Amino acid sequence: MSRGRTWMKALAGDAVEAPVPSVLCADGEVDGCTARFLAVVPDPESPFQRARNGELGLREAWTLARLVREAAESDLSGSRRAIVAVVDLPGQAYGRLEETAALHLALAAASDAYATARLAGHPVVALIVGEALSGGFLAHGFQANRILALDDPGVTVHAMHEEAAARVTMRTVADLRRLADSVPPLAFDAATWASLGMCEPLIGGVDVEDPGPDDVRTVRQRLAASISEARDSPRDLSVRLASEGARENRQASIAVRAKLAEQWG
Amino acid sequence: MTRTGSWRPTLARRSFIELPARERSRAILDEGTFRELLGPFDRLMSPWLPRQGIVPQSDDGVVVARGEIDGRAAVVLAVESAFQGGSIGEVGGSKMAGALELALRDYDDGRPVRPVILFETGGVRLQEANLGLAVIAELNAAVSALRPVVPVVGVSAGMVGCFGGMGITAGLCSYLILTRQARLGLNGPQVIEQEAGVEEFDSEDRALIYAVDGGEQRFEMGVADALVDDDASLVRDTVRAAFSLGVPEVHRSQEFGRYGELVERAASSPPTDPASLRTSWGRSEVSQRLADAVQEIEETPA
Repeated sequence: MSRGRTWMKALAGDAVEAPVPSVLCADGEVDGCTARFLAVVPDPESPFQRARNGELGLREAWTLARLVREAAESDLSGSRRAIVAVVDLPGQAYGRLEETAALHLALAAASDAYATARLAGHPVVALIVGEALSGGFLAHGFQANRILALDDPGVTVHAMHEEAAARVTMRTVADLRRLADSVPPLAFDAATWASLGMCEPLIGGVDVEDPGPDDVRTVRQRLAASISEARDSPRDLSVRLASEGARENRQASIAVRAKLAEQWG
Repeated sequence: MTRTGSWRPTLARRSFIELPARERSRAILDEGTFRELLGPFDRLMSPWLPRQGIVPQSDDGVVVARGEIDGRAAVVLAVESAFQGGSIGEVGGSKMAGALELALRDYDDGRPVRPVILFETGGVRLQEANLGLAVIAELNAAVSALRPVVPVVGVSAGMVGCFGGMGITAGLCSYLILTRQARLGLNGPQVIEQEAGVEEFDSEDRALIYAVDGGEQRFEMGVADALVDDDASLVRDTVRAAFSLGVPEVHRSQEFGRYGELVERAASSPPTDPASLRTSWGRSEVSQRLADAVQEIEETPA
């Protein structure tokens, strides 16, 4: 079972539905409040052949956009439910059909749906349980107010697969790994990624593949804390740059904004 | 859009594609209003490239310019494709995101600023991998926050094209202007060939690339709003015209109903010829109004 499916079941149980075979959605609860959980999962039968292994493709991205927008729409007059993106994505779908039918627009739609929900006051939390790669992650997870990640070797975040990243930058995989020791943004592991100020402290001591009741309780507690923090903080992404990690590893991002504000006029 | 009638304008036209990012920004803004922020003398460079033996550039390949468009405050963000293929690193991406964050602050203070993005980029700079990804997420967040109140206008002219995470940013724009030389997509041809094999996408097949990603195709299938000749003053007038239309009632990327159906149809009967989408998807709804607005501007004596 994919990690995405495992954690959807663990967190939302019987509420899990599949509006399309490759997208799971559940209106569950966290800490007594409604939360919409969303994940992309493999569908070996998908007519989109390049999106059968859990990649974010045309169908998945437009479906996520719909599910997030519908939640936001129906909460317009009431309390804004939390939206939890469970992330286990080997990336976006690489295919000719996908490009022809404007996958870039589909990903924009998903990204914007999450961002718009966040700006409307929905706490949006991403929970990374597996891979969070490239454009897939930009569209499903990276627009969250708060990002949580499990401390596990199977949890990786990157702009491109390791082999492809090595090829494009004309290095060997071994070189790339060595470089990553001194250049943190090149690393693939969750701990180094967290050191860039991207996410909350990693959630350790959890069995990711086969979570027991204690594991689920731990994750739910962290989700609840992040949701309540998100409700009480600005709706933009400024929390990332205010983090300790960013002060250490994203000095350039901070300096650029400070200087830009000085010269803006 | 093409200028018709006399042959003189064709001969007199100035190429937009051949201009570097700084000159492109100048060409978009009202004459004499260009003012660069965080220019080369501020020396804000990538802290990550030197550690990898790559010479950084003093503007990190992104030009941020304040000025005016039709007499209104504006900011132009231009990616310089000549530096590292127009890839987005921590500094360049933060310049873009930070500028749009300030534009939103100004709007909230009652001083709207017209934002324009000139795309010429393959997306994340892999030498800054996770920070490139992070800054594009921040840029996308800023576009999503700004576009409900101020239209965000994107231009991609060529020859690098607009791919990767920045393809998503282009997809978020309120209005998108392309030339025939432009290419727009998510995964570039080489990336697809690498990941899925040459039978999926032959990255050497130029005709295929333009049939799928080319500016004309993207315009005719409605994921861009204007197709313009490579003419600096025409690009500028089309940007002006886009702002004159104001914030679109619905942004393309909000239309999950329409596009959800279209992509399901594409899966059940895959288009063997991308050009078939020109009839089944059709041009964007605003394309005609935009063309009319350009014509009006062109006919108004300066």
